[in-house]
Amino acid sequence: MIQHSNWKRWLIALAVLHGIVAFAGFFAPYDPTEQDRERPYLPPMRIHLMDAQGHFHLRPFSYAEHLRSGSFDQFEENTDQAIPLEFFVTGARYRLFGFLPLRMHLFGAPANRIYLLGSDAYGRDQFSRILYGGQISLLAGLLGAGLTLFFGTLIGATAGYYGGWRDGLLMRVAELFVALPWLYLLFALRAFLPLAVSPLQAFFLIITVIGAVGWARPARLVRGVVLSAKERDFVRAARGFGATDGYLLRRHILPETSSVILTQAAILVPQFVLAEMTLSFLGLGVPEPVPSWGSLLASLQQYSVLVSSWWMYAPALAIVPFFLVYLGLASALQQDAGTGKIEKTTGGT
Amino acid sequence: MVRMARLSVLGRLLGCGLLMASSIVLLRPARGTPQQQNPSEELFTLPGELGNRGGRLVVSLRAEPKTLNPLTAVDAPSREAIGAMHADLVHINRVTQLTEPALAKSWKISPDGLEYTLILRKGLRFSDGQPFDADDVLFTFRVYLDENVHATQRDLLIIGGKPITVRKVDAWTIVFRMAKTYGVRERLFDSVVILPRHLLEKPYEEGKLPQIWSNSTPANQWAGLGPFRLKEYVPGQRLVLERNPYYWKADSKANRLPYLDELVFLFVPNADAQVLRFQSGETDVISRLGAQNFAVLGRQEHRYTMADAGPGLEYNFLFFNLNDVDEKKSPEIARKQKWFRQVKFRQAVSAAVDREAIVRLVYQGRGAALWGPVTPGNPRWVSTSVGHPARSFERARSLLKEAGFSWSSGQQGDPTLVDEDGKTVEFSALTSSTSADRTKMATLIQDDLKQLGMRVQVVPLELRSLIDRITLTKEYEACILAIVSPDADPNVDLNTWLSSGGNHLWNPSQAHPSTAWEAEIDRLMEQQLVAPSYEQRKKLYDRVQEILAENQPMIFLASPDILVGAKNSIGNFHPAVLEPYVLWNVEQLYFKSNPEKSGR
Repeated sequence: MIQHSNWKRWLIALAVLHGIVAFAGFFAPYDPTEQDRERPYLPPMRIHLMDAQGHFHLRPFSYAEHLRSGSFDQFEENTDQAIPLEFFVTGARYRLFGFLPLRMHLFGAPANRIYLLGSDAYGRDQFSRILYGGQISLLAGLLGAGLTLFFGTLIGATAGYYGGWRDGLLMRVAELFVALPWLYLLFALRAFLPLAVSPLQAFFLIITVIGAVGWARPARLVRGVVLSAKERDFVRAARGFGATDGYLLRRHILPETSSVILTQAAILVPQFVLAEMTLSFLGLGVPEPVPSWGSLLASLQQYSVLVSSWWMYAPALAIVPFFLVYLGLASALQQDAGTGKIEKTTGGT
Repeated sequence: MVRMARLSVLGRLLGCGLLMASSIVLLRPARGTPQQQNPSEELFTLPGELGNRGGRLVVSLRAEPKTLNPLTAVDAPSREAIGAMHADLVHINRVTQLTEPALAKSWKISPDGLEYTLILRKGLRFSDGQPFDADDVLFTFRVYLDENVHATQRDLLIIGGKPITVRKVDAWTIVFRMAKTYGVRERLFDSVVILPRHLLEKPYEEGKLPQIWSNSTPANQWAGLGPFRLKEYVPGQRLVLERNPYYWKADSKANRLPYLDELVFLFVPNADAQVLRFQSGETDVISRLGAQNFAVLGRQEHRYTMADAGPGLEYNFLFFNLNDVDEKKSPEIARKQKWFRQVKFRQAVSAAVDREAIVRLVYQGRGAALWGPVTPGNPRWVSTSVGHPARSFERARSLLKEAGFSWSSGQQGDPTLVDEDGKTVEFSALTSSTSADRTKMATLIQDDLKQLGMRVQVVPLELRSLIDRITLTKEYEACILAIVSPDADPNVDLNTWLSSGGNHLWNPSQAHPSTAWEAEIDRLMEQQLVAPSYEQRKKLYDRVQEILAENQPMIFLASPDILVGAKNSIGNFHPAVLEPYVLWNVEQLYFKSNPEKSGR
């Protein structure tokens, strides 16, 4: 029972993290595409409780920052102009979950902008972009994993249950897909598509490609479980009583695979998030100005950003808690199932 | 930095002809010892700081030169390497932008402007010790003008539809005659390098000239009149040149130049990798720096001399596809061309672009906003009558309204621009994926045009496929690109402005000018080509700039400063805004005090 609550704890942590990203519109103070051309590559603003005169304020505030005159990348604080942080403010329009129009933000500052994690080359708020970018990257991971597991289960169960030439054929195809260099496949696929794809098209394209390439591994796992499950005595007994194939699969065999599938899901989601990030990093993901974690990191390809704007690394840190919790969940699930035979798929994407 | 190397030499397109210059074989004078000054040798004495002999200068090139053959070289790396190995008759000083004597010590132009008499320096030798005289010049021009050789220089030497004729008066005097007066005058001879007849006559007669002097040529089969000569070529890694002991320039103390013993070109394809090589001390100078990298290196000022040479001759611009696109083959592009063809649409886009933001965010202030193709780096030719209207959304909106566009409320509640048929205005803009600068510009323009309700998708594409789309398949909607003029004279961009030119990007190689204003530009450009005086040419070219500003076939954006750097130990480092920015005076560069690299 201890282990049971263990994976539940991981699941709660996961729900919280995903909740923050799902409510990005609320937690992020600004529209992620809004440019502030006066403040490119602004370092994260400091949040003060003590002002320049040494007085203590209960409400946190920061000082307005502007470019030092004559410079284009050095900023200075204007200690005359304090920006008090306000909570539950009305700001930029956004749509919660893509449809609910709202203007309420967790925090913000009327008439001035606050950059918790600095700004990028166009003065866009890095904090907002990381939150919104998570929506694309995580959704791509979740949908990609869902698609993969659906096809993997379908194909694996078919191969394992029916066996014979169907098993041989499907498993050879699966081996082919495991051996495919997926990154090059993606490059090739992208080259066949029209030049300009809208962010939405690009997003679904990524998911399709991830799903099309990733099904083979879960399919092989599911097949193995099905293969052993269908020889169990209770399955044979059910068949002896005249149960149909569909009934047997649904009622007796697939439930046996559930722990494998769940564990796989917990492993695959971060893997596919990483795949999406790789694609966007290489410029094959969702196009500008829509952020994703990969495209946020892409600016680090420039040497000058790498050495002088440390806050641009922030998206790389943002993924750490997500991956840790996912992997924690996977290992808790694995222990819980007590199977221990789940293939470790590290870095295989 | 991405340049239009493939397009830039498509020619002056003025007609063709063939010149058969007579060649007279003379007995060659006896050889002299290389290092000592031959009393009959007329060296060119350069003013400037005196330097130390010795040392090896390492420079990075952004690609491997495709060839070392000046007849076929079109790419910038090849031209940069060839520039250090050869010499021309009359040279344009890259800093003053005026002509100065080179292999010809003086020249005279006849009052009718048709005959140029050049007096050559006496007693000069090629890098292999063979003497140089008028026969080499005759041979060189015969080769360049031979149709079968397909030399890239040929188009430059055809004036008024007829090739230049070359006549030898004596061993040191050459007369050039042209069919019409030529506006650029003696600037014509700049970068037309003189070839060694003793090495090339045989391959020329065998018709093998275009194939010679590839990268794998052994050093003993190569000769030139430049400051450096070929030593070694390591494919994929480096090109090593050594000092030419017969070079014909000297410093004010009569020491023979160049000062350096060796010049090494490393092939480093990536701009950031070039910065790293420079920082690690592997290379001694760096050019074509981006503003951000310039700032990074500038913070280590104690180790380097970083220089902002001022606005260069690169102009960045946005243009729309105005080709005759087949409606059946690409209906989508043909439909959008109805917008692109409207002058008011293009003017509205231009009015909405925040050029100041481009200068600030892309170039960190190290650049200039542009409203025409002539940059502030070219004060002699820039037109003062072209206005610099500030960015104005009101003007853009009223222009769009006049052109029949209107706004509807989009799904996000933002206004969306629609055309007369109610179609939303959205298009894609290509940029080169290797140019971070232009991709940045595209992102800024995307946001500018969003304010007008236009939806723009930025498509970064590999440069080669981008050029193919623009010049061959014509499958694109809009594109952001840059051209770097090799010289300040308007003639170097002839190929861009003439409607028949291959570099007339928005609608290249037209049989007949498709619009009245393109026809007028054609006429003006051809007039200025033969106009005898600078004032007359300037007036004509000013008008060209006005027409361009009015019709906006290219929406000019900004021009970056030439940013370069060198180690503090390099002497005579005087960067120019004309290419090659740092190496234009490579014969005078030297290592101050005890070059520690010479032993490497």
